[in-house]
Amino acid sequence: MSSKNPQAGSDGVTRRRFLTSVGAGAIGVAATENLLAAGRETGESQVMPAGQASTVSLRINGEAHVVLAEPRWTLLHVLREIIGLTGAKPGCERGECGACTVLIDGVPRYACLTLAVEAQGREVTTLEGLLDGETLGPVQKAFAEADALQCGYCTPGQIMSVEGLLRANPDPSAEEIRRGVSGNLCRCGAYHHIFQAARRAAELKRGK
Amino acid sequence: MADESQDIYYVQGIPVPETPLPGREPPAWKQTNVVGQRVPRVDAYERVSGSAVYPSDIHLPNMLYGAILRCPHAHARIRSVETVAASKMPGVRAVISGTTPEADRVWKKDAAGETRLFDPHCRFEGEAVAAVAAESPYQARDAINAIRVDYEVLPFVADERKALQAGSPVVHAKGNLSKTDTYERGDVAQGFAAADVVLDQSYRTECELHTPLEPHGCVANWEGRSLTVWESSQGVYAVQSKVAEVLKLPLARVRVIGHYMGGGFGSKLEAGKYTVIAALLAKQAARPVKLVLTREETFLAVGNRPPSNMTLKAGVKRDGALTALEFSCLGTGGAYPAGGTSLVDWLIRDLYTCPNVRTTCSDVFVHAGPARPFRAPGHPQGAWALEQMMDALAEAIGMDPVQLRLKNIPVFSQAREGNPAYTSTGFKECLEQGAAAFGWEKARRETGANAAQGPLRRGVGMAGGLWVAGGGRPPSTVIVKLFSDGSVNLNMGASDLGTGTKSVMAMVVAEELGVRPDAIQIENADTGTTQYATPSGGSKTVPTEAPAVRNAAVQVKQKLLEMAAEALKADLSELAYQGREIVSRRDSSQRIAVKDLDALKRQGVVVGVGYRGPNPKNKVVNPFAAQFCEVEVNTRTGELKILRFVAAHDSGRVMNRLTYDNQVFGGITMGIGLAMTEVRILDAGQTGKMVNRSWHDYKLPTALDVPADMLSIPIDPGDAEANNTGAKGLGEPVTIPTAAAIANAVYHATGLRITQTPIHPLQLVQRLAERRKEG
Repeated sequence: MSSKNPQAGSDGVTRRRFLTSVGAGAIGVAATENLLAAGRETGESQVMPAGQASTVSLRINGEAHVVLAEPRWTLLHVLREIIGLTGAKPGCERGECGACTVLIDGVPRYACLTLAVEAQGREVTTLEGLLDGETLGPVQKAFAEADALQCGYCTPGQIMSVEGLLRANPDPSAEEIRRGVSGNLCRCGAYHHIFQAARRAAELKRGK
Repeated sequence: MADESQDIYYVQGIPVPETPLPGREPPAWKQTNVVGQRVPRVDAYERVSGSAVYPSDIHLPNMLYGAILRCPHAHARIRSVETVAASKMPGVRAVISGTTPEADRVWKKDAAGETRLFDPHCRFEGEAVAAVAAESPYQARDAINAIRVDYEVLPFVADERKALQAGSPVVHAKGNLSKTDTYERGDVAQGFAAADVVLDQSYRTECELHTPLEPHGCVANWEGRSLTVWESSQGVYAVQSKVAEVLKLPLARVRVIGHYMGGGFGSKLEAGKYTVIAALLAKQAARPVKLVLTREETFLAVGNRPPSNMTLKAGVKRDGALTALEFSCLGTGGAYPAGGTSLVDWLIRDLYTCPNVRTTCSDVFVHAGPARPFRAPGHPQGAWALEQMMDALAEAIGMDPVQLRLKNIPVFSQAREGNPAYTSTGFKECLEQGAAAFGWEKARRETGANAAQGPLRRGVGMAGGLWVAGGGRPPSTVIVKLFSDGSVNLNMGASDLGTGTKSVMAMVVAEELGVRPDAIQIENADTGTTQYATPSGGSKTVPTEAPAVRNAAVQVKQKLLEMAAEALKADLSELAYQGREIVSRRDSSQRIAVKDLDALKRQGVVVGVGYRGPNPKNKVVNPFAAQFCEVEVNTRTGELKILRFVAAHDSGRVMNRLTYDNQVFGGITMGIGLAMTEVRILDAGQTGKMVNRSWHDYKLPTALDVPADMLSIPIDPGDAEANNTGAKGLGEPVTIPTAAAIANAVYHATGLRITQTPIHPLQLVQRLAERRKEG
């Protein structure tokens, strides 16, 4: 499974310009081509203050959203506090626990380590996006049936990691499942049931 | 949408238990039809779909975001706090500190003295200094960074082992010794004299942090003079009373709601300063405030399982009879009296039959974050010492470790006044059935330090345990309300921490009333609308609440029988439930369907009120446990892998097998953390500050650290005395023996006795190297 950390952009954006365009809040997060585009909009010489909002267009669970966001706002903040999708949970807001995992273009990512502006032009899928209307998706159904949760707070992230894993690998081995959710902490220790749910979800997705 | 309004009541055709006459409590169930099954939790849909609303998900109109400035020093006095610049920053709507008149309040008075909400004397890194509320969490954080504090940095002591040394900086004026507890029975000197073998060993467990996935936090909203708080909490009534006390409000003007919460493990049993701070910020701004702690704050300021420094001397006869146990512990609750050594010696006092026992526990203050109860307070630490000692004693007298424990099983509590009997103890069965399922004797023969060549060594280990509480107790009040169509509303104050409380209670109602579990609406954890409950903790929620739920459901049945007696003009004592009807035993043509009762239709609902009855007199209700594991040690790298676990638990009746097993595996996982990965590191030499304040540096067990092979074996001794459901607590016993069982397995695999947690590669590889040097 691919890394959950945003990949570094390779198309020539300088670290200095990147930092001035996103503000100090995002030090340590590498640039993407989307950011570069955001930087161009602000013009070469203009330095955008951290607190100044701009329009960000997002595609979330198949729906278009246009929000006014500060460059330093994370995707997680915009999802939860601006759009109102609270499925993704803030557990650490610094890439340690995985409770905020969403799919970006089908790949599990920590929404707390992804800036909202970085998600422009990408397809974002949250826990809510796995529902068909009000009907649970196969991974959600498997988690409910296998009791693959206790307090339920890490659960959205676990489910999204399993969803991402199964999209890339429809029939994972036990070891692949363990690695697939190894970026998602569960303090209640429901891992054992999570492994069972992941196996069951793979079957459900294959129509068994 | 499907028509779901039909066939709610008695649809399953379950024969419901006999109804006692009014005023009588039902006897313990002889058999059950719903209770004990594997039932997915009743709120599984909400939790997997994202529709469950946790306190951190609450978003109120016009809501602000709060943040707290915390002291960066282990010990400091505040000379001044400058907030003017912060209050002028964009989006900032409220700023409070110790000099804000409304925020200048007493937080706590205890043995150490009086503490203020924003105390000018900061005794640990992470103490609250000031707080802000702003339009966005980012602006709130900006403002926090703009507050200037002038600290007088003071000398500190962060290592409890140095706190009592002469010249150590003092935490409180009364000195660094908080208290010393002693316990004694028999005469240990005589006991050691009578022993064939006496062993003496020191042990240490490191400080563990709870770090539930949902950080501590709340949303506070005033409607005029009344405050509503949505809190991530184990006990809404406990939060209500603390907030009301500090803010000097009548209880009726503080409503606390906690429908969902993302884990607590003991750290959310009470209100935090943050709750009151959020309320004060909301008051000043006249707007709702959401204040969720950052992850770093949860490492610093909201509790821990404190470190324990223990010594244990034990005497045993050749036949395995224990003759004496002498135990001492030095521990710390941090900067305030917080039960630093609470219950650490309980297993030494009470797990095994031993006539001569002496324990001494000294609790000292240090400049570090206060402890809070952490899943089975004291017990995993005590087990770490006692259960490794039992392993060593068994080897010393050439006895199997399981046999040594079987030899010393008590049927009554030796440490309690009057030696009361246990209502039930399945400890023997836990040991025997656990060992059988594990294949203990065979595995022990086939693994071990001498059983293999090469760098990979396997070993097996086991440990036992009991939990001092777990019987539950009054008070608890529960209301079960039957609607005229047979569907049910269950109203109780208890929080569901993720242990499946709501599901278990729905199953109890289903058992008694024969109603579909999905036709039961549950209202819980709200001081405004639900009945009084003590916080969910101490593994007492099921044995406390389930009997009250059952009593409430039984009262509904009694009332329906009374209605039927009136309708049929029959005597109450001759009526009984038969499917969805009430029928006369004397004349079976005398019958009426529950839903046809005129009185029910007229009244609209039937309300049953259940109370938790008293516990049996002069008896003790305790859960028991035995866990077995197999490990593999790489003697070149020091890496330790857990291969499998078998956990046999006597927690009385299994209420829901699915959530039961989940709890067992979760407890083992947490025990693996204590044994192998978790340690709070303070820079005790130079700054006193916490070094590993993140999950990158403080390691929780991940999916890669738990064994794929885990087996849960419930032992139900059929306890008819504990309470009318026969259930005992489960959540805490499941993590008590784990770490010691792992240490014993490591000893079996390597011959190295690791007495200090965590058993990580660094420690193991060092010990292995030392042994090679010694030759």
